[in-house]
Amino acid sequence: MNAEKIQLYAETLLKGAGFTISITVVTFIFAVLIGLTFGAIKAYGGQGKISSSNSVRELMIIISKKTAIYLINIYIEVFRGLPSLAVLFILYFGLANAGFRLEPFTAAVLGLSLIGGATLTDVFRSGFKAIHVGQREAALAVGMTPFGAFREIILPQSWRITLPPLANYAIGLLKETAVVSAIAAPEIMFYARNLVTKTFDTEIIYMLVAVLYFCLSFPLARLADRFERQARVGEK
Amino acid sequence: MVTFMQDDLLVIDNLHKSYGELDVLKGIDLKLRSGEKVALIGPSGCGKSTCLRCVNFLETPTSGHIYLEGNLLGENKTDDGYAHMSEKQLARQRAGIGMVFQGFNLWPHLNVRDNVAIAQIKVNGMAKNEAYALTEEVLEKVHMAHKADEYPERLSGGQQQRIAIARALAQKPKLMLFDEPTSALDPELVGEVLNTIHELADEGRAMMLVTHEIAFAREVADWVVFVDEGVIAEQGPAKDIIDNPKNIRLQTFLGQMLERD
Amino acid sequence: MIDFLAVYGENWDNWGPQIYSAIWFTLGLTITSYILAVAFGMVIAFGSMSNSKILRWMSKGYVEFTRGVPTLVLLFLIYFGLPSVGIVFDAFWAGVIGLTLSMAGYISEVLRTGFQAIHPGQREAALAVGMTPLKSFRYIMLPLAIRIILAPMLNMLILLLKDSSLCALISAPELMLTAKDIASSTFLPMHLYLLVGVIYLGLSLPMSFVARRVEARMTRH
Repeated sequence: MNAEKIQLYAETLLKGAGFTISITVVTFIFAVLIGLTFGAIKAYGGQGKISSSNSVRELMIIISKKTAIYLINIYIEVFRGLPSLAVLFILYFGLANAGFRLEPFTAAVLGLSLIGGATLTDVFRSGFKAIHVGQREAALAVGMTPFGAFREIILPQSWRITLPPLANYAIGLLKETAVVSAIAAPEIMFYARNLVTKTFDTEIIYMLVAVLYFCLSFPLARLADRFERQARVGEK
Repeated sequence: MVTFMQDDLLVIDNLHKSYGELDVLKGIDLKLRSGEKVALIGPSGCGKSTCLRCVNFLETPTSGHIYLEGNLLGENKTDDGYAHMSEKQLARQRAGIGMVFQGFNLWPHLNVRDNVAIAQIKVNGMAKNEAYALTEEVLEKVHMAHKADEYPERLSGGQQQRIAIARALAQKPKLMLFDEPTSALDPELVGEVLNTIHELADEGRAMMLVTHEIAFAREVADWVVFVDEGVIAEQGPAKDIIDNPKNIRLQTFLGQMLERD
Repeated sequence: MIDFLAVYGENWDNWGPQIYSAIWFTLGLTITSYILAVAFGMVIAFGSMSNSKILRWMSKGYVEFTRGVPTLVLLFLIYFGLPSVGIVFDAFWAGVIGLTLSMAGYISEVLRTGFQAIHPGQREAALAVGMTPLKSFRYIMLPLAIRIILAPMLNMLILLLKDSSLCALISAPELMLTAKDIASSTFLPMHLYLLVGVIYLGLSLPMSFVARRVEARMTRH
């Protein structure tokens, strides 16, 4: 075994790392957007009560909010119960067979975002719910709209609670992207498998892969630890 | 149908509120003239806080109407009755009414200055320097200007409550609502908050105050309302009501409260 | 829709036996790995709470390692990498070992936080009434910890069930691989992958339902 070979392998794997990082970043953004939106709907959408004093328009709003929450809950159950490989295969091979051919990158981001959004919805919901109801009432009392109260008062306070699980989700996501090699997305594992079939240096290459993933996730893990410490301090 | 007098500030007309089967308010009628101070007293669970919270629609009344300066609160008149306001309209109305909560509800992620200024900047679109000047002014009024850079968690309950009062004052409200402002305080801190409220009362702003501090109500309020089981059981000028209660339940209630002190 | 469903009816005689045996394989993989991961996780958890600095350091290092390395990479290392140094496992055991190693770190964290959430006064009270340390663990600490860790431990089982699908990529004949094989011979990928999706949901939903009930009960107390 010589150093030159290892350097060549490492360089090849690093080419895949760029793709791994892009998938992780783009998916993370989409998953946070889904989680934030659905989490807010779940936290605040169920408040209206159906009573005889409601106008037809109010009834429609209440019913559509309750329906939205119902659908969000089904979405969460489905995507938390499915392995990512199954979701990716449905989106990539299943849809292609039905005439919708997605790029590996698109299928990967779509599938992982849907799975991540399901996880993060409840993260955000419990983050919002943990803020005392008086905080929101005081914001309404000074004349903020419900959305203004959410943006200025609830959201800034909820980060303390949501950042640790968000960082842990990012670590999990980075690791999960390894499965998208199965739909031919050219990320780290994909390059690794190609290298293995060419060189048969199996154990060296996968060891390098392990080291590479560890190095990528290490800063995230430190960040997660820091957020957790800060959250504990904030609790007093 | 209610009749409006020239100087009626707040009119509550046949207010009902129920939670499912539980009727908390069973028809409250109340009027407040400009500059008048009204204290709501009564046993816990009698509905006095709910009544106060209905005035700025943190609770939506089940039926009945509330008017501020002759304008309907929380509802719009339509051809076939009344419709609830949009959240935007509600927010605009609440901006004109100050509210002080039992638990202060200061925002822990903002320092004292921003707790007071944020609504002026974000709600009324005031320029920052203008908002901070106003903040300085109202903090001065509650004697807390020297704590402008502190965060709420570093202050005592009494100080927090005085800042919450400043936050409401910055709204330049025509009406201030106080929801048991001293109930969450340690006994030795009650005085400073009552003094602050007392000073404000002397400025001639209308106030509606839910409180267990009977002596304070007698001193500050013009009018005292005894709420019992969701209705007004007795009301009148503060000194008459507290010194010569007629209603038996009020007599018992006052007896218990005075004994406690 | 009807046409789509009819395909299942037409092919069930062919697919059924393969799918059934794949379900058993997946369950075997999941349950075996879970039992081993709980046992190993307990060892790591006790290590991380022990008085020995070395044990604490090793446990922490192990948790960090599994936190940073994807399960798939572990599986590939064991199944494809180890044979070149003379250690050969079949797909089932390679899968069990990989899943166990990757899950044990997480499970140890669940166990550790569970035990640390118990107020030290509980143990002191047990000792004060005359229990030995062992008895106080058996009768006080363990029952208290179980209440805290039950829901997250069920979630770990669901996670493991989902992760077992990764073993398809090391040619273990579990659900995903079986679906892939049938799909490539019948050219019906949508049918097959939706079918295994439903099967995974059928296995995981009851567990997550129980986990949520347990969690709701715990937060109420």
